[in-house]
Amino acid sequence: MVIRLGIDVGGTNTDAVILDGRRVLAGVKRMTTEDVMTGISEALEAVIAEAGIARDAIDVTMIGTTHFTNAVVERRALDPVAAIRLGLPATACLPPMVDWPADLIAEVGGHRYLLHGGYEFDGREIAPLDEDGLLKVADDINSKGIRAAAISSVFSPINRAMEERARDILQERCPGLAVVMSSEIGRIGLLERESAAIMNASLLTLSNQTVSAFGRALSEAGLTCPFYVTQNDGTLMAADMVRRFPVLTFASGPTNSMRGAAFLTGLKDAIVIDIGGTTTDVGALQHGFPRQASSVVDVGGVRTNFRMPDVFSIGLGGGTRVDGTADALAVGPRSVGYRLTQEALVFGGKTLTCTDIAVAAGMTDIGDASLVADLDPALVTAARARIAEMLETAVERTRISPEPMPVIAVGGGSILAPDSIGGLAVLRPENFAVANAVGAAIAQISGEVDRIFSLESRTRDECLAEAEAEARAAAIAAGAREETLEVIEREDVPLAYLPGNATRIHVKVVGEMGALDA
Amino acid sequence: MTRIIGPDDMDAISLGGAFLGTGGGGDPYIGKLMARAMMTQHGPVKVVNAADVPDDALCVPVCMMGAPTVMVEKLPNGDEALAALRALEAYLGRKADFLICIEAGGLNSTIPFAVAAATGLPLIDGDGMGRAFPELQMVSLTLHDISATPMVIADDKGNTGVLNAVSNQWTERLARAATVEMGGAALVALYPMSGLQMKKGLLHGTLSLIHDIGQTILTERAANRHPAAALIAMRGGFDLCTARVLDIERKTTGGFARGRARLRGMDDDAGREFILSFQNEFLCLEDDAGQPLALTPDLICALDADGGLPVTTEHLRFGLAIRLIGLPADPQWRSVGGLALAGPAYFGYPHPFQPLEELVQARQPRKKPLNTEATK
Repeated sequence: MVIRLGIDVGGTNTDAVILDGRRVLAGVKRMTTEDVMTGISEALEAVIAEAGIARDAIDVTMIGTTHFTNAVVERRALDPVAAIRLGLPATACLPPMVDWPADLIAEVGGHRYLLHGGYEFDGREIAPLDEDGLLKVADDINSKGIRAAAISSVFSPINRAMEERARDILQERCPGLAVVMSSEIGRIGLLERESAAIMNASLLTLSNQTVSAFGRALSEAGLTCPFYVTQNDGTLMAADMVRRFPVLTFASGPTNSMRGAAFLTGLKDAIVIDIGGTTTDVGALQHGFPRQASSVVDVGGVRTNFRMPDVFSIGLGGGTRVDGTADALAVGPRSVGYRLTQEALVFGGKTLTCTDIAVAAGMTDIGDASLVADLDPALVTAARARIAEMLETAVERTRISPEPMPVIAVGGGSILAPDSIGGLAVLRPENFAVANAVGAAIAQISGEVDRIFSLESRTRDECLAEAEAEARAAAIAAGAREETLEVIEREDVPLAYLPGNATRIHVKVVGEMGALDA
Repeated sequence: MTRIIGPDDMDAISLGGAFLGTGGGGDPYIGKLMARAMMTQHGPVKVVNAADVPDDALCVPVCMMGAPTVMVEKLPNGDEALAALRALEAYLGRKADFLICIEAGGLNSTIPFAVAAATGLPLIDGDGMGRAFPELQMVSLTLHDISATPMVIADDKGNTGVLNAVSNQWTERLARAATVEMGGAALVALYPMSGLQMKKGLLHGTLSLIHDIGQTILTERAANRHPAAALIAMRGGFDLCTARVLDIERKTTGGFARGRARLRGMDDDAGREFILSFQNEFLCLEDDAGQPLALTPDLICALDADGGLPVTTEHLRFGLAIRLIGLPADPQWRSVGGLALAGPAYFGYPHPFQPLEELVQARQPRKKPLNTEATK
């Protein structure tokens, strides 16, 4: 039997669970700390003690984190980035970051460089790469002390040679400069791919620190098993990949909570509300999987084309502030966040929060209930009604069919949820508070193929089938169960510039991990 | 009535344009960003009624031509459209008085706003298609014997060329070849016409229509409703199917994005498969038995099945759920001349044209048409 450790590092809480096959042996919740590591260490020690197992019995560790999404959304811990586009004389009308919110541009420095270069759709050069211009950019990078760069060339998904050449020139002139190439991150669609590359570059210092903190926390706890991090589509990636591509974790939080909710309840179709300390995410499960968002998704105000679940977020959580009186009430959006255990009334603080309302209403038993005993009952009733109304609006927005379906409440703040939302019954599964960590622990295994095929003597269908077979074999070799495999991405980009009718095929398949239901 | 269109109106206009763009015409998001940037710099754009244009005014459509798959990747330089207009004016020896959107769809329903803002010229409330079509002779202007040339084509590198052709079909062939050489996308100024010709040849009121459709999509989404029902009621359309993309085969050849998508039905259409063929625009929808469900020149509009936003061909991808809606084309397109120009046979589809209403009837003999309000 495989023993799995799942950890979820959120903005407020760090949760850990240990699973023995399908059985949850233990689940704990601790505060996220500034250094990330201390919170993980505390959660780890607690969950190992609660499960009562030997450290070397743990076979594998999976970590989910919203750390990088939060950094972009909250505009903090982002590095200045040199955003370099190769495409002149084309593309000049819409420079890099043209559609970003002003505060995010300011946070990453707004360093934009447009240079001659890039490819036409058929592989011809739009213009030769402006190597002299790149040297000037390199000098500017050095003089400004910028430590990270993102390079995007027009049509780099069909030919990345110019991005690679530009990277080499920059790194020779700017020793130690971290360079992200857009061709490593995205597909056709210059603005979205470029934005993802810039965000990725701005997160590299944070991702290095964070992944190192993960590794240190695990090794200090005496865990020697390999560890993986969950990505947007609910599959795992190796720690080194996260260091280089933190943007690939952007939507892993909602993916994990929805998959965790499905796992804990056994339900295939439901609405999932994940109430944390600061925000509530609402999404839908369809046939056991998170419903996917359409082609473009907004992250911190920036348009991207990642594959992500369709999640609606509202500013409501256990730490959300409640201000005013019963007649003039305001719930949120401000929150005390991770300072809940100092600032909330039930913990001896001075700020009235949603958690205090839940305790005063007898919905839960946290902290010292006597500290909220003399709250105005009318205020408590009004605040509960307001919270229920906010949740109902969010659930209604996510609901796409008039059929009644259950609502699964997960996350530490789900004590706020009433027993019924808009006429739909609310389920709180056992271990509901740590559903995200459960979702991380049951993350899927993927197999991927991305290479160039020649259609010279074969049909496109034959090549697609061959790519899919290779991806399936890779997933099975990595530990996925064959009968659960499913294709989630399949794309081919004909490469007109190569001889032999070449096409680049990308196939990704995912499946459940081996011993999950053994 | 004159409408004043400012940067904040471009959301609705780009959405409405993407819907009537029937998958083609390019990503209106890029056109929206370009138009907003120009309006912020130069001020809003005046959209005037066709009837208010003097008969002797010079009216010029400006648009992009090429493959939408190129336009999302190789963004314009930004000077091409103005360069094309100025070169055409120099050739004609006369300044343009009004600008026109050649098609009510995609990028081409937003780029003229950018040019109008930059030049200060008013735009005429109308277009040459009432939708988007892939080839430049496929406009109502051709049906009214208005010549596409003299025409100017301009690229991102600063090249411009003047064309004079014997027919609008020849203009398409020559301009398409130049477009491919220019990198698969170019900006053009063409069909220079008098106010009198414009009043006869143009479909009137379609810019207002795009604006209203976009506004409806925004309003419905704000009320957490999928916009399909409201759009069907508004335009006398029909639900065609809701399906997930199973396979998408697409090539950028000959200056077009050509291909087809295999779709697997969902919800009421579970268990069925569909083939959606496109040449920039969605032109033919068939079921798994090869029966047509909608045929060009009628409109096949795609919305994202969950979120309700319009979906363009270049954004189709494996796993995406879409809801297809059919709208009857303007009667001019269903005439003998219109069908010769843009009917199924022109594109090589094996089906003779049948109006959407009849195809829907034939498909669901016992069911009432899915539109409840607008089969007048």
